[in-house]
Amino acid sequence: MNSEMILPQISWRRRATDRLMTGLSILTVLLVLLPLFAIFAYLVIKGIGSINIAFLTQTPKPVGEPGGGMANAIVGSGVILGIASLLGVPLGVGAGIFLSEYGRNRYGDAVRFVSDVLNGVPSIVIGIVAYGLVVLRQKHFSALAGGVALAIMMVPTIARTTEQMLLLVPQSIREAAYGLGVSRWRTTLSITLRTATSGVITGIMLAFARVAGETAPLLFTAFGNQFWNLKVNQPTAALSLQIFTYAISPFDEWHRQAWAGALVLIVLIVSAVAAVRIAVRHGTLAGA
Amino acid sequence: MSNHAVPRPRFEAPDPEHGTKAALKIEDTTAPLLDGKVSEVPDALFAGAMRFCGFAVVGLLALIVYQLVIGSNLSWHAFGWKFFGTSDWNPVEDQYGALPFIYGTLVSSLLSLVIAVPLSVGVAVFITEMSPVSLRGILSFTTELLAAIPSVVYGLWAIFVLVPILRLYVQPFLGKTLGWTGLFTGPPYGIGMLAAGIILAIMIIPIISSITREVLTVVPQHQREGVLALGATRWEMIRMGVLRNARAGIVGAVILGLGRALGETMAVTMVIGNRPEIAKSLFAPGYTMASVLANEFTEATGDLYLSALIEIGLALFLVTIVVNALARLMVWSVTRGQPSKTVA
Repeated sequence: MNSEMILPQISWRRRATDRLMTGLSILTVLLVLLPLFAIFAYLVIKGIGSINIAFLTQTPKPVGEPGGGMANAIVGSGVILGIASLLGVPLGVGAGIFLSEYGRNRYGDAVRFVSDVLNGVPSIVIGIVAYGLVVLRQKHFSALAGGVALAIMMVPTIARTTEQMLLLVPQSIREAAYGLGVSRWRTTLSITLRTATSGVITGIMLAFARVAGETAPLLFTAFGNQFWNLKVNQPTAALSLQIFTYAISPFDEWHRQAWAGALVLIVLIVSAVAAVRIAVRHGTLAGA
Repeated sequence: MSNHAVPRPRFEAPDPEHGTKAALKIEDTTAPLLDGKVSEVPDALFAGAMRFCGFAVVGLLALIVYQLVIGSNLSWHAFGWKFFGTSDWNPVEDQYGALPFIYGTLVSSLLSLVIAVPLSVGVAVFITEMSPVSLRGILSFTTELLAAIPSVVYGLWAIFVLVPILRLYVQPFLGKTLGWTGLFTGPPYGIGMLAAGIILAIMIIPIISSITREVLTVVPQHQREGVLALGATRWEMIRMGVLRNARAGIVGAVILGLGRALGETMAVTMVIGNRPEIAKSLFAPGYTMASVLANEFTEATGDLYLSALIEIGLALFLVTIVVNALARLMVWSVTRGQPSKTVA
């Protein structure tokens, strides 16, 4: 059959508009991808040249002296994130369990709404709150205060993803457990949560990745430190803070290190997320 | 929801002799069942603990409000509403007016929306309606990769790459061609409102485009088929069959992006110039509510100074909450409360 017979005549104007809009939307894709590639290219090009053993093992040198590194900031970030996870993960998972297992009612709806709202609170505002909660009481900046700020940011994300993952577990499995005489709490922990483990961990990693690069809430909580510090109640350096300080400084040597720090930060975030994904899929946690 | 998405529980057949770990030590729990008396205490304890966690989320929000209200009390009593209407920010004389910061936050966020909205909607339309299936996954993954880059890294890139480009090429060109509007006048510093708007736009594109995509996917297929059957071209189908149906959801996505832009701190602080002035030209340096907090909070010596900063924090908090709640409602009105696939 001749295609002319079925296809209606489309005026050149409509055809041209169609072509134009298709072209424009391809253009938008290119425009959006451009900065992405630019950022990664600059990170790799400028960062790799500056990463060396000294950068990864030494503390910052005073202004004017070349060399030095961000070892204390890398470790400091680890400490702060550790505290944040220790506080935020149990609370977030607990809230998620509440939402899916005990919160199919208006209390649950309230918690759900509040956690979505909490998700949108600017991170700098969370910093003010942690400042009031911890720094003002302790009378000095500390890794603990930074951890509290990041923990507050992790909770809503973890709660909502945990809820979604637990809801995917079929009701019949819970009922089977009840039928065997397993108590409700035991069913929730050993059956429901266990079935959803990989999803829940993915949610935790998402939250972790989101706060790992946060700077604003650390400015007046962890504060930063040019020296080694492993005490949780002392001002502590963080990679993101160090990048910020170096980037806005007027020294070329520090600019160079800021790029290196940014590359390390991104690599750490990506590899942490990838490691857990792989562990969940194949390794020790598989089947958990 | 399709059944394929439901993860299968992984049970192993319990070894009748030993009862492996996978058998969940059922013998422990069956014993009381056989006796006919199941203790309800652990259950109640567990439920209590989970409720505590759930309500702790509400508690956190209350805590935030409490801290901000208490902290800003002093400034509120000193200045009242005038705080938001005056533009004199002078820590030396203890005079505080937040208008330049409010102006900076609004202008930089709106500017970022002007740039980001057409781009994000274009990307979303391309991915859902035009892209070959093989490209679809890669494209959505790469745009979401943009969301994984920390704010401070955007700032770093903006300082050393974006700002020089603006200063050397974009601003002189804009000044020459559009200078008569008054929006593009003055010396091309590179840093300033324009740089802040552009970097913010790059940062909010992933969120707007991923939510728009989600909204477009929920538009029923028969809408598209119906419009096509009437002889529409693909673009007419997208305009009449898809975009029109998804309007409310797209507006929601845009407002959600606005919420992000309003509260974004680091990248903006690094490129906006940090000068509390209200200028018409987008080349001029400005200041935002979030950046003044980032820059001055640790240096705030006087009680009133600190209180004024916390009041800015409170205002920022209230604005973002209203904006976000509005956006959620609009997105929900289209997706009908289906669980979101992106963690926004």
